[in-house]
Amino acid sequence: MKERIVVDPVTRIEGHLRIEAETENGRISNAFSSGTMVRGIETIVKGRDPRDVWAFVGRVCGVCTSTHSLCSVRAVENALGIIVPPSAELVRNLMIATLYMHDHVVHFYHLHAFDWVDVVSALKADTSAAARMAQDMSAWPKSSQGYFAAIQARISRFVASGQLGIFANGYWGHPAYKLSPEQNLIAVAHYLEALEWQKEVVKVHTVFGGKNPHPNFVVGGMPCSINLHEPNAINTERLAFVRQRLEEARTFIDQVYLPDLMMIAGVYRDEWGRLGGGVSNYLSYGDFPMAEYGETDSYLMPRGIVLERNLSLVHPVDARSPSEIREYIRHSWYSYDGGDREGLHPLSGQTNLNYTGPEPPYTHLNVEDKYSWIKTPRWKDMPMEVGPLARLVVAYAARKEPQKSFIDDTLKKLDLPAEALFSTLGRTAARGIETALVANWALEVFDKLMENLRYGDSRMVNHTLWSPNLWPDRAEGVGLSEAPRGALAHFMVIEDRQVENYQMVVPTTWNASPRDAVGVLSAFESALIGTPVHDANQPLEILRTIHSYDPCLACAVHLWDESGSYVHRADTF
Amino acid sequence: MKEKRPSFYEECINKGVSRRDFLKFCTAMTALLGLDPGGVAQVVNALETKPRMPVIWLHLQECTCCSESFIRSSHPVVATLLFDRISLDYTETLMAAAGHQAEELMAETMRNHRGEYLLMVEGSIPMKNPAYCCIGGRSARQVVEEAAAGARAIIAWGNCASAGCVQAADPNPTGAMPVHRIIRSKPVINVQGCPPIAEVMAGVIVHMLTFEGIPQLDGLGRPKAFYSRRVHDTCYRRANFDAGLFVESFDDDNARKGYCLYKMGCKGPNTYNACGIIRWNEGVSYPIQSGHPCIGCSEAGFWDNSPFYKHNPGVKGFGIEATADQVGLVIGGVTLAGIAAHAVATNIRKKQMIENKTEE
Repeated sequence: MKERIVVDPVTRIEGHLRIEAETENGRISNAFSSGTMVRGIETIVKGRDPRDVWAFVGRVCGVCTSTHSLCSVRAVENALGIIVPPSAELVRNLMIATLYMHDHVVHFYHLHAFDWVDVVSALKADTSAAARMAQDMSAWPKSSQGYFAAIQARISRFVASGQLGIFANGYWGHPAYKLSPEQNLIAVAHYLEALEWQKEVVKVHTVFGGKNPHPNFVVGGMPCSINLHEPNAINTERLAFVRQRLEEARTFIDQVYLPDLMMIAGVYRDEWGRLGGGVSNYLSYGDFPMAEYGETDSYLMPRGIVLERNLSLVHPVDARSPSEIREYIRHSWYSYDGGDREGLHPLSGQTNLNYTGPEPPYTHLNVEDKYSWIKTPRWKDMPMEVGPLARLVVAYAARKEPQKSFIDDTLKKLDLPAEALFSTLGRTAARGIETALVANWALEVFDKLMENLRYGDSRMVNHTLWSPNLWPDRAEGVGLSEAPRGALAHFMVIEDRQVENYQMVVPTTWNASPRDAVGVLSAFESALIGTPVHDANQPLEILRTIHSYDPCLACAVHLWDESGSYVHRADTF
Repeated sequence: MKEKRPSFYEECINKGVSRRDFLKFCTAMTALLGLDPGGVAQVVNALETKPRMPVIWLHLQECTCCSESFIRSSHPVVATLLFDRISLDYTETLMAAAGHQAEELMAETMRNHRGEYLLMVEGSIPMKNPAYCCIGGRSARQVVEEAAAGARAIIAWGNCASAGCVQAADPNPTGAMPVHRIIRSKPVINVQGCPPIAEVMAGVIVHMLTFEGIPQLDGLGRPKAFYSRRVHDTCYRRANFDAGLFVESFDDDNARKGYCLYKMGCKGPNTYNACGIIRWNEGVSYPIQSGHPCIGCSEAGFWDNSPFYKHNPGVKGFGIEATADQVGLVIGGVTLAGIAAHAVATNIRKKQMIENKTEE
């Protein structure tokens, strides 16, 4: 018997996502992913000063805060041929590293954990046993019986108040929860600790960018001056403050996040190491340049594409090439002059609004036709997964270290084959592995920055091309980066010193898009097929797989123009 | 804003339940929760004390930077707010429930705590087409209107809910509107900024819980405790302005000495916020301290006050301060005139704001 499950709002994500799924005999047989909000930011930046755009597009997302700003200044620098000073490039790497650590930890504990962790079960835990277990897992100094008893008492008091707040109406007691009460208590304790921890690591953004969320960037480098002999600039005290934050972050990631991840993975691996694989192609633009941004060989995260899960071959990717990346709108609320079946490169695309969905309030979308504000991007007409798993898969296939050894070690500890990576659990594990790597890289980058300063190179901005008078009449640029959630591309055309065209193809557009013109499913929809749903009224399993991608919807849906006639130029590249 | 909600215990007594029966219930509850017998006292205590303030937090057209900022709060830390001070019954970012179970929670709070719950809104409302922002199949406008009907007051978080923010910047393609333009029957507190400072968000909540009332607001509905001083007037680099010492380009010698960023386009002189005083992320820094001019993110329409790096933009509202850098360049006695001009500007600008507000 067919049954239609609707999850809307999908919570514990950024933005507005709706999932409609059909089940047959307790398994998902078809799925539809819909982004239900638009803002039109690309239209808004048209005609503005290209040096301002980072601030506008930074507001595409406050969760992946800073990543769009960075991508935007890279697009301007790429268009004008600006090379960022080496120390500024390192500070930018510290900005990205900080974002990764913050974002991945918050995702694991505050957005994803309740898919695996039963808070109510933690009330039944034996606190002595929990303490012993936690002490066996890591050297984290807080793991005493008294600590777990205090956490348990706090949760008991909270539950007993009858006001369950953010814990209300969870799927508590669902048979798909498999952790022991002690394991649940450990995870809940660390949920609370991570909540306190996350406000510390972002202080790196505050030192260099002035605030978080939405720290500041500048075309040509970073706005923060470093001057070791000045109280009014970033000096030795500020740098020591940053190093302290980075060290504490690494300690937490190594002693709390990774052990918890391994604990959860150890319990769920048999089932969830097989489910939720989704599409079998993986795209990464790469990031963390250790030399110039243009020198992709220096990237700590390599660039490339893996097709059909073939871990012996990495394909090159060229985001500028009109024959590689194309966006489709067969099932998105837009129209193209050439019809619904056409696919267009972002810079020769059209963005004509065409809402054909039901008038709200509605109960179901018309999934046979258009059903989302998200366009459907394809690489050479193939669907791609992007994100931590894609980055690690590309690095693994490229035999890149330390990624490969770390992945091999983790698989060995969990007693899983490499194929288990291609699953819901693999995706969640990849995020943790990546966080541990980034925590190390952050300190390496910091040390390299110190080395530059020792040699007297504290330059933060290349302002030789700051003045628009020096710019050509027309210039085009592409900014690429790896946001925590995956491959991010900003495309910019500058004409008469103003933005003539701006386009973003963002991670969740790849992952959460509707099917394409020939009916091929994108990552979310594809990953849900075959997933068992124990209780249609409590579709915990859907949340597990969707959350494993860390959806970010505000990023994904931004592409349209009210006039309905915004035709991008076809001759840009 | 008198506290009306009785505690569970008070409700029992009102309904004629004896204390003995209440304690029996607590014991049963303790067993049900799987606690050891020592937990009874905790349960009794929890049910006797005043319940936490129910809160509904809506997400409309936004980027979630306000929620992200909120969880950065250091005093009180966010866990204290969430678990001891308020009952955040609905927030898409953090709540365990999803789909219809999440929607039920909102309906339940609206039904059971009518006139008592606090409504917090993150994001603007698209007025050109209801389909531009839907939650659970309902339009943002419908959701916010229904939730506002039974709220005791509304907090509009950030520039989106207070003024429309980036999506309302020219040409405002979706017709994004702030909350106070849609909901006129309830008090709306505009906690401005993109995002607001974490401790400012927590501070507004704590004020409402502690003093059981709405904090004093300025003409734009912003709490005076955080938005009555210009960033310029509280900036630690102000002495450089007064002395005519300016950064001329990013990372030049003057930038490396921390001179004033006015000529780099700093909007501190026409921005009301607490950045210079509270600073960001537990007082670590604020944009100017880290070398970037203020872009004015706590002011309505600040996106259209761009280009950001033009130090003397021909934008309305800038008014008399446009001459301030010339004043600053001339040292000595003229500086005094600059200060006087600033004071006048403050009053003129405030008067204009109040008039603008009235026009809406």
